[in-house]
Amino acid sequence: MTTVAETRSKSLLYLENVSVSFDGFKALNALSFVVEPGELRAIIGPNGAGKTTMMDIITGKTRPDTGTVLFEDAIDLTKRDEADIAQLGIGRKFQKPTVFESHTVWDNLELALNRSRGVFATLFYALTGEDRARIEEILETIRLTHRTDELAANLSHGQKQWLEIGMLLAQEPKLLLVDEPVAGMTDAETAETAILLREIAETRSVVVVEHDMGFIRELGVKVTCLAEGAVLAEGSIDFVSSDPKVIENYLGR
Amino acid sequence: MITRFVLRALEGKIVVAIGVLLAIAVLVPALNLLVPAGSAFHVPTYAVSLFGKYLCYALLALALDLVWGYCGILSLGHGAFFALGGYAMGMYLMRQIGSRGVYGDPLLPDFMVFLNWKELPWFWYGFDMFPFAMLMVLVVPGLLAFLFGWFAFRSRVNGVYLSIITQAMTYALMLAFFRNDMGFGGNNGLTDYKDILGFSVQAAGTRNVLFALSAIMLALCLLIASAIARSKFGKVLVGVRDAESRVRFLGFRVENIKLFTFVVSAMMAGIAGALFVPQVGIINPGEFAPANSIEVVVWTAVGGRGTLIGPIIGAIVVNAGKSFFTGAFPEFWLYALGGLFIAVTLFLPKGIVGTIQHGWNARKALKAAAEREKGEDTDMMPQAAE
Repeated sequence: MTTVAETRSKSLLYLENVSVSFDGFKALNALSFVVEPGELRAIIGPNGAGKTTMMDIITGKTRPDTGTVLFEDAIDLTKRDEADIAQLGIGRKFQKPTVFESHTVWDNLELALNRSRGVFATLFYALTGEDRARIEEILETIRLTHRTDELAANLSHGQKQWLEIGMLLAQEPKLLLVDEPVAGMTDAETAETAILLREIAETRSVVVVEHDMGFIRELGVKVTCLAEGAVLAEGSIDFVSSDPKVIENYLGR
Repeated sequence: MITRFVLRALEGKIVVAIGVLLAIAVLVPALNLLVPAGSAFHVPTYAVSLFGKYLCYALLALALDLVWGYCGILSLGHGAFFALGGYAMGMYLMRQIGSRGVYGDPLLPDFMVFLNWKELPWFWYGFDMFPFAMLMVLVVPGLLAFLFGWFAFRSRVNGVYLSIITQAMTYALMLAFFRNDMGFGGNNGLTDYKDILGFSVQAAGTRNVLFALSAIMLALCLLIASAIARSKFGKVLVGVRDAESRVRFLGFRVENIKLFTFVVSAMMAGIAGALFVPQVGIINPGEFAPANSIEVVVWTAVGGRGTLIGPIIGAIVVNAGKSFFTGAFPEFWLYALGGLFIAVTLFLPKGIVGTIQHGWNARKALKAAAEREKGEDTDMMPQAAE
């Protein structure tokens, strides 16, 4: 058995006893959750289990009432705002694909690129060869090279999801939070996305929230099941899906 | 770095617009001063000042377009920045009157003598110096925008709430400036100017110079606005407009981005006001009226927001229409303005320039699609996983 202190010091992201309530409704109830460097983790759970609230807290959109949220065992995320946390290296993909529709695919990635984000730095920014190469590399990874100059608005739903993932990659985060990446995707796109996420997880940690059990099986990673704002079960997909509490709370319904 | 920043601004349409503005700056004064009054090509002096006024309005609309069209901040208070720039210029012009006023006081403007004030209030110091007054034309609107934006953007006031408080801001300023003890001439404002830098404001020569300056400043601000819009910062601005939270989660400080744009825009509005005042000969609290700021929004919408050139065209077209209507059918102007706004909203939601641009792009896309069809039939879709 490892001690709590050891777990914490090894962790990339460490949540302990995090609670938050909105108008009396306990969205998170003493949630504890650890992500290690280089880990790919899936999160499942019924609607209202607190999956999105958890992401809001990690990315600084919501402040918890109580609890500890640490990044790399040193940085207290509850004291930082969204821009700060993004610059620390936590990227977030929203449930609904959110890309800049009136910009081209290329411009979307250029904006996301991990460069100085100050007013004057962006006013006088000029694309360097290095940046160009990085954007081309990402385009390759997200399979959008052939649509570089297309407006993001003209992409298919699945391609928008990929573009958003690409934007997160351009940010060069240490931790990627991905909310329902395959919602509304075709089967082929879903399979492709599983490959894409596994590729990404080779160099950084990824947390995926998803409802699609087939997709989670395809990912083949450790699964955490949330319900009513706390962890219900954690382990392999087979272990979690055979847990009677999980069946009752989530799968059975 | 600066050169590259400016060169990037010079896209086809912008170059043409700047060229046209610079040509007007030379041509109109020439037609006024060099062509004899009897000729069909002669431009009367009153028309020079009238066009000059339109150009000031165009600059105000351009300033609004930067915050509204690009950054998505619908300011219903831009008239306030315009009026503040105008007051700064008006204060300089008042100090130039000297002892030529009705009461002949060498230091105090007439309205202060009338109010029985004995000395010049501290905030009128320095306005006898032209460079200081011109600095204030930029600083005062910029500072107000900075303070306002600092609080509003930091507390994430957005959308319609922000629009309402900008409207409240200009309304509050109007009420304040109406009061005599504010020290800005109260209800009557500042007027009865004599000269600017030693030249009579009434003289045809001065009027032509002011006209040319209006055209040149408009061209310069268009250049700056275009350079901003075409930089990476400009792309971030559009991002803020379309998906603010995405920009935030990419690590940008949205409040700083908005603040910078708002201050630059307010300064441009201030310049417009400063050029406006000597050409119309008066500035009074009426310029702060909420309706004025709303009219600017109409001009911008009619011309096409987010196009930079559109608002310039919109401001000139609507105001020329206003001059014509209020002369020909005075009672119909408000109906015409209302009708125009409804028609634009219903039939030209992108405005004049936006619609033309859209049509142009659609044609280009059709052509490109046709080319592609001819050229290749290969499947462009990415390969699915085996």
